[in-house]
Amino acid sequence: MRFLSFLISGLSLGSIYAIIALGYTMVYGIAKMLNFAHGDVIMVGSYICFFAMMRYNLPPVVGVILAVIVCTILGMVIERAAYKPLRQAPSLAVLITAIGVSYFLQNGALLLWTSSPKVFPSIIGNGKIQLGELTISHVTLLTVAVCLVIMAVLTWFTGRTKMGKAMRACSEDKGAAQLMGIDVNGTISMTFAIGSGLAAIAGVLLCSAYPTLVPTTGSMPGIKAFTAAVFGGIGSIPGAFLGGLLLGVIETFAKAYISTQLSDAVVFSVLIIVLLVRPAGLLGKVINEKV
Amino acid sequence: MKRKNTNKYVSFALVIAAYAIMMILTASGKITRSMQGMLVPICAYIVMAISLNLTVGILGELSLGHAGFMSMGAFTGTCAALMMTESVPDEGLRLGISMVIGAIFGGIAGFLIGIPVLRLKGDYLAIVTLAFGEIIKSIFNNLYVGFDKYGLNFQLLSEKGIKLEEGGRMLIQGAMGISKIKKISTFTAGFILIILTLFIVYHLVESRYGRAIMAIRDNRIAAESVGVDVTKYKMTAFVISAALAGAAGTLFAMNYSTITANKFDFNTSILILVLVVLGGLGNITGSIISATLLTILPEALRGFATYRMLVYAIVLIVVMLFTNASGTKMLISNIKAKLGGNKEEEEQ
Amino acid sequence: MNKKLYSVVLAVLMMAVCVSGVFAQDAIKIGGTGPLTGGAAIYGNAVANAAQIAVDEINELGGLQFELRYEDDAHDAEKAVNAFNALLDWGMQISMSSVTSKPAEATSELNMEERVFGMTPSASSTAVIEGKDNVLQMCFTDPNQGSASAAYISNNDLADKVAVIWKNDDVYSKGVYDTFMEEAEELGLEVVSDTTFSDGNDTDFSVQIADAQEKGAELVFLPMYYTPASLILAQADAAGYDPIFFGVDGMDGILTMEGFDASLAEGVILLTPFNADSEDEKTAAFVAKYQELYGETPNQFAADGYDVVWALAEACEEAGVTADMSAEEINDALIEVFKTFTFDGITGENMTWDEGAVNKDPKGMIIQDGAYVGLD
Repeated sequence: MRFLSFLISGLSLGSIYAIIALGYTMVYGIAKMLNFAHGDVIMVGSYICFFAMMRYNLPPVVGVILAVIVCTILGMVIERAAYKPLRQAPSLAVLITAIGVSYFLQNGALLLWTSSPKVFPSIIGNGKIQLGELTISHVTLLTVAVCLVIMAVLTWFTGRTKMGKAMRACSEDKGAAQLMGIDVNGTISMTFAIGSGLAAIAGVLLCSAYPTLVPTTGSMPGIKAFTAAVFGGIGSIPGAFLGGLLLGVIETFAKAYISTQLSDAVVFSVLIIVLLVRPAGLLGKVINEKV
Repeated sequence: MKRKNTNKYVSFALVIAAYAIMMILTASGKITRSMQGMLVPICAYIVMAISLNLTVGILGELSLGHAGFMSMGAFTGTCAALMMTESVPDEGLRLGISMVIGAIFGGIAGFLIGIPVLRLKGDYLAIVTLAFGEIIKSIFNNLYVGFDKYGLNFQLLSEKGIKLEEGGRMLIQGAMGISKIKKISTFTAGFILIILTLFIVYHLVESRYGRAIMAIRDNRIAAESVGVDVTKYKMTAFVISAALAGAAGTLFAMNYSTITANKFDFNTSILILVLVVLGGLGNITGSIISATLLTILPEALRGFATYRMLVYAIVLIVVMLFTNASGTKMLISNIKAKLGGNKEEEEQ
Repeated sequence: MNKKLYSVVLAVLMMAVCVSGVFAQDAIKIGGTGPLTGGAAIYGNAVANAAQIAVDEINELGGLQFELRYEDDAHDAEKAVNAFNALLDWGMQISMSSVTSKPAEATSELNMEERVFGMTPSASSTAVIEGKDNVLQMCFTDPNQGSASAAYISNNDLADKVAVIWKNDDVYSKGVYDTFMEEAEELGLEVVSDTTFSDGNDTDFSVQIADAQEKGAELVFLPMYYTPASLILAQADAAGYDPIFFGVDGMDGILTMEGFDASLAEGVILLTPFNADSEDEKTAAFVAKYQELYGETPNQFAADGYDVVWALAEACEEAGVTADMSAEEINDALIEVFKTFTFDGITGENMTWDEGAVNKDPKGMIIQDGAYVGLD
């Protein structure tokens, strides 16, 4: 029973990592850049939803939609202003710019919304289901369900739709994609929009499950999700999903069965071992270099 | 080749000139407290940036855990210095020995992490170094070390098992880190460390090793096919980089009365990476300048009060856009062409 | 890259840093460092805001005039030293040390070396005051809180089986935890569950709560700040676990969090020197002014900051300090005065200082219907 309840909380945490990791992985797949500002877009989304619900008393659904809209626009603006001019620059330059954007968002939030922690209201109440000795809260169920839905929709989107195919084409070979008449810039912008929209949803779920909101809320989950994305094989959508879930479960089990003090060391050691066995992550493709 | 040489002399000249100016200013009392207080950390960050540049710029592998080596050096070096308080009364000598010990432990950590690193590429390598930095942080946060006349006492998770004889003291106290450090780092020591670092790195780059390392960076398969032992050269560069970071860590730690593991977290690793990228990959002089600039910048911006870090972020973005965007690059080269600027200034 | 450009920027920056402030001397300059940005910003801003209120009040009275400056240290020892040096350049005559413990350990060393008198509002680690004759604390030391908590639990028979959840990469939490454990052992409290969390792991507490619940702890001791504590309360509630929660001064402020469901904190006991709901005239006036200016209810950090400024001002008055005295002269005068000085503030009455540590009584508070009620 103990095991099961830890498994469930691990899956719930992992689902949130997975949704954030999906955003990371999509952007990485197409723009080949690590968008370190992703975690902070999550934070912005949470704040938008918080203010919509608490200050303007809007229903949760409206709050979530507003957060998604704002984050989508924010993602596109960031891409246009800070990343697009660097399309030809080395990827490290873009990485540093992303870090700059991350600092900017964090400190902007600090000035706008102050440093006092906000307690995020639950979007679906504090209900829970009792299965024998096992207690599962509604938020946990919602988180896992949303994660599954997002995963399914994204798989369908990238596999079946025209836009999704264009994305995959761009991530394989931008030059060739352009020659085939694909609007590469538009596609990249679209990817950022989707990734940031997902970030808003992740933010709302993160703060519903762990309801404290401060300007640095997004940074640690951001790093963890980045780890999860690499763990699963960066650029791979099922990989990000699997990586996120596993990371959440391993983290919870490490705390429960090894030591709460050393859980971080355990998680990252497992990561290193996995990468030694599978150098491209769990589901990543090992691409052999051509001579 | 010629350009490399000029760059080398520029680096040395720059460091020596800066040192001389600062010493004169200090002697004549014309320097502010604020500037004076930043001299040692600037030296430490310069060494960190140069050493990371060896990994990222010259070896061509992204590392996100460089602060882990700094942490290793900071803790081992400081422990060594505290243990030698009585046996080595001369502070300069004690600092020197401590830095060597910090460098050795940094190098060992570099070797250990080098084993998985050599199997991986690109972002996977980056994440392993990130993971390593987090592991080091987590371990030092839970490590307790005591010292008495019988030697060292180690304990993980709790200090309960440590029984010290009379006259012994706790060195590392888990999350509380090391307290009551005698501050023995000096600007001169930092200067010497930078000069040594420059010697080592330039010597490496210009030697057979350096050519092999850059060949690996530019085309690993081609290098391998002409018989370059990729593993050996990569490992050499990585260990040297880690050892230098260890020495810098000791220098940094001994400049404060207290040090904690959380100081050397992911954000510090990222900060050092920013220094390297801003200064230019593979450009040692650039690393020196950007390390100095970026350490001073947040202090110089104190006038902005609450907007300080926001302005810092904007400056960072604008500088990256300005120096890397294709549009501005064209603009700069156009201006240069008009002014008849010499091509030597341009980076490769 | 463009080296010329860099050189120019570098030169400009150097100048900006090197030009020292010219001071016009009619007010005594008090400086402090604290985290005004980053994860701990809430504490630094609370102190800086409240200290400014106190300075304005004192200046309005027309006696000794003060000028306050707070510099950001982002909860980092290195930046705190930089900030402290910047304050010295500005001409700081009295220091408010640093807000958080580790930075304060580094800056208090400078207080000692530079002979600038320092009084920290909230840096509670003992290393801050140890071996320094001119650094004082307004808050309790960590060990003091830990043993007081254990004694309180034991004396009032609150529980036999106790669980502790603490933050293992935080100096404050560890300091309280260590002495709590020592005292608990002595008093025969049985600590059945001992779990931790750290900076990156401060959202999910299901494992820690399950451990305490399984081992039948009737009381959970939470030596931490209120942000993680609020999460623990919420998650324990979700897990159907309802022990007595017992906090220390870092817990104060939990009721002021925007959106916090106060019913979660029902029955929480905490030892804190400050109660924002107090009927006390001084406290009520301060709380009202803080709310008016900053739109939030002040927490215990703010109260400590407010008290520090008032204590310093009264001590300066008593020592006959004037604005044209050097930092060292003020330092010597204040050391002398604080040997016998007593102070009544909003965090305690008849406070005295002994080797840097404050003597005041922690008040036991229990949260009932969303407000503090004093315990005896």
